[in-house]
Amino acid sequence: MSALLDTAAPLPGLPDPVHDSQAAFRAVMNALARPGKPQKLDTGDFQAPAPLSNTAGAIALSLFDYDTPVWLDAELAGSSQVWQFLRFHTGCPITDDPGEASFALVSDAEHMPPLSSFNQGTLEYPDRSTTIIAMVDKLTGAKAVTLSGPGLKKPAGFNASPLPPSFWNELAAIHAQFPRGVDMLFVTQKQVAGLPRSTRIEMKGR
Amino acid sequence: MTGPAESAREAAEGEYNFAYLDEQTKRMIRRAILKAIAVPGYQVPFASREMPMPYGWGTGGVQVTASILGRDDRLKVIDQGSDDTTNAVSIRAFFEKTAQVETTTQTGEATIIQTRHRIPEKALSQDQVIVYQVPIPEPLRYLEPRETETRKMHALAEYGLMHVKLYEDIARHGHIATTYAYPVKVDGRYVMDPSPTPKFDNPKMHGMKALQLFGAGREKRIYAIPPHTTVESLDFEDHPFKVQTFDRPCAICGAEEVYLDEVILDDRGGRMFVCSDTDHCEERRAAGHVGEAGGNPLEREGAA
Amino acid sequence: MYVAVKGGEKAIRNAHRLLAHERRGDRTVPDLTLRQIVEQMALSVARVMAEGSLYDMELAALAIKQARGDLIEAIFLMRAYRTTLPRFGYSEPLETAKMLVRRRISATYKDLPGGQLLGPTFDYTHRLLDFKLAAEGGEVPEMPELAQPDPQEMPRVTDLLGHEGLIEPDVPEHTPESADEDGEVGDLTREPLSFPAERDIRLQNLARGDEGFLLALGYSTQRGFGRTHPFAGEIRIGEVEVEFFAEELGFAVPLGRVSVTECQMINQFQGSAKAPPQFSRGYGLVFGQGERKAMSMALVDRALRSRELGEEQGAPAQDEEFVLSHSDNVQATGFVEHLKLPHYVDFQAELVLVRQMRREWEERNRQDKADAQEAAE
Repeated sequence: MSALLDTAAPLPGLPDPVHDSQAAFRAVMNALARPGKPQKLDTGDFQAPAPLSNTAGAIALSLFDYDTPVWLDAELAGSSQVWQFLRFHTGCPITDDPGEASFALVSDAEHMPPLSSFNQGTLEYPDRSTTIIAMVDKLTGAKAVTLSGPGLKKPAGFNASPLPPSFWNELAAIHAQFPRGVDMLFVTQKQVAGLPRSTRIEMKGR
Repeated sequence: MTGPAESAREAAEGEYNFAYLDEQTKRMIRRAILKAIAVPGYQVPFASREMPMPYGWGTGGVQVTASILGRDDRLKVIDQGSDDTTNAVSIRAFFEKTAQVETTTQTGEATIIQTRHRIPEKALSQDQVIVYQVPIPEPLRYLEPRETETRKMHALAEYGLMHVKLYEDIARHGHIATTYAYPVKVDGRYVMDPSPTPKFDNPKMHGMKALQLFGAGREKRIYAIPPHTTVESLDFEDHPFKVQTFDRPCAICGAEEVYLDEVILDDRGGRMFVCSDTDHCEERRAAGHVGEAGGNPLEREGAA
Repeated sequence: MYVAVKGGEKAIRNAHRLLAHERRGDRTVPDLTLRQIVEQMALSVARVMAEGSLYDMELAALAIKQARGDLIEAIFLMRAYRTTLPRFGYSEPLETAKMLVRRRISATYKDLPGGQLLGPTFDYTHRLLDFKLAAEGGEVPEMPELAQPDPQEMPRVTDLLGHEGLIEPDVPEHTPESADEDGEVGDLTREPLSFPAERDIRLQNLARGDEGFLLALGYSTQRGFGRTHPFAGEIRIGEVEVEFFAEELGFAVPLGRVSVTECQMINQFQGSAKAPPQFSRGYGLVFGQGERKAMSMALVDRALRSRELGEEQGAPAQDEEFVLSHSDNVQATGFVEHLKLPHYVDFQAELVLVRQMRREWEERNRQDKADAQEAAE
């Protein structure tokens, strides 16, 4: 990154911080309450610095602050603009240890690190775990897995792409250690879908 | 220069943040709500704030509602099933003042329902959220007062103590003597306190279409039940869980299979039973249902 | 009754009006000014600031006036206001050794560097009602001439003992279970209390805790429920500077002065495998002049250290969960008083059960009697 970019002022935050964060939060809340069902997240004129998407950026500004260590994947960590943007608007500490993170922001979902490297919480405090926000291209396509459990009236198919080939096996393994685990948020340009650790995951074609 | 008393006065004259809480507090509560949804029935600790109403009077529910509430929401607040009990009135007025949101008494019209001690009779929909005010969130508290111990029990799903207690009831009284705050198991994992709703309302929690959020302000805990989640009331094969039944319908609207309040009419044993859910009762009367009292005798009495 | 409940909104409005009316009382009696409360009810103001966790005399006076003199209600008002204030950061630790002392006494030494300084205390007053005060504009004695002692010449008693190595160091070594190895101080108003709680959190909890509750607990340790062999090493009251480290400047800047009361109890400690026999500490610090609270706090602090010091536990004052969970009078008053909210739905549930059990009991009795009669025939 050039020195010029380092000193440039960060892009502005959410235009209406109070109500925009409320809207982003409600979308995320509904996403986790209804696993796999994409929720609309309209970010209006808000612009996050690439490679951070507007939706992921809006969620970040709604939920991060100086109490939440955040882990960034290599692509995001490499952008001083993203770094500056998050630090300036949220004050969140940025950590390079995924095991310390309250939140993880992943822009290159296909190459995300193994899920077991993130904080899984403890049996006594399962809430002290990482929520992973992964930017994906789409939430459609051939269903990779069938979801069931809380939030689902009946089993439903789900897919998000691109993801690492081992992803679903890893996630199923993590969910098997409930209540420890990580919670996933998949975001596209307009939507967010959630996969909390309470969801039971069945691989297709097994 | 403005002194502190002066700035206090300025604050009192209007400039509160939307729904009272500052944004940092809302973020902290929102994060706790997300974890609560992800681990159904688990009590997430949160740094509850002092609210301008006393602890024990719904500060947990109020903080949860304030954190999820948006400009377009329509809020209903009930206490004992009624929109008009003093504390419900006071909490509704608080949100009218600090968030200028629309409020309603009609269950079907509300997007968020904050409640103390009841679940509305009308089934809730998937577009609604119900927020419970919780005094003691720990279902094991009266069996084991120590947080350090109960936390271990939840971690290991070691709930034998609870079954022993319920069974002792049966041995002594022939019944499980718990009539409200009757413990439930959520999604087959966590034993949870449903807040002091009568056990009559427990079955409504099972598979409910709406998201259920629970806030305990003084005890600093938030927990949740996502929609369509299995919620079982603890029981035994030979002593299955049973809800209260009333041997007569509502005197005003004739509703059966609803929870009733007993209203004392005089000091000679005169009493009548009427719907605890006042909106449900009014809706039925508007639809032409009449009970044995032939209208609402209490209302006439009040008008006189 | 049903109808009375329906009038909730109007009833609340009227109750508020009535309250405002009663608060003011007889209009022919002059209205209290905040200045009067600050000046003449200074110890009430101090307690409201201490337990309200907010140092502002004028606001505390306002809270007392609004609460009609109910101090717990006033503390609640302060706390509720405090939560709406923006937070800039944490001050540097107060340096009480540099206090501008108004009162300083030690029960452990007859005389000591800096001397004993009685200051404005009730201690040796005879508790006789002073009817001169009942008359307005009564005579007030002139202020006595005081030499302002130099803080440099008034070291803390515990520091004097420390030079001899006879008292444990001020910052105890971290126990293995200690979470904050970096020495960072926790904050109860930002994070929920969890157990076991470290001493920093315990002290914060006690500083905000109810004076009466701590007084009773401290008293109980003196009567043998978790005895700690305390000596009042030193009690000092005075003003200390508050400093704030400004990141932009790179150094600490003074923000002003606050008045505090500090109590250091010196307690016996038999020693253990790791530590030699030496004195141990109990610590109390509160805003304003609040000697009773600071002393009670120091007693309870020491009692709560029994786990860390490997002492036998079992008395109420040594029970961390019991003490810390019940010390806050704003929480306690809310929950006790919530019993006056309607509970008729739950009461109905109990009525149904008791009636049913009663029927079954009578049925059983009738049956038993019939059986007995049958057997007798």
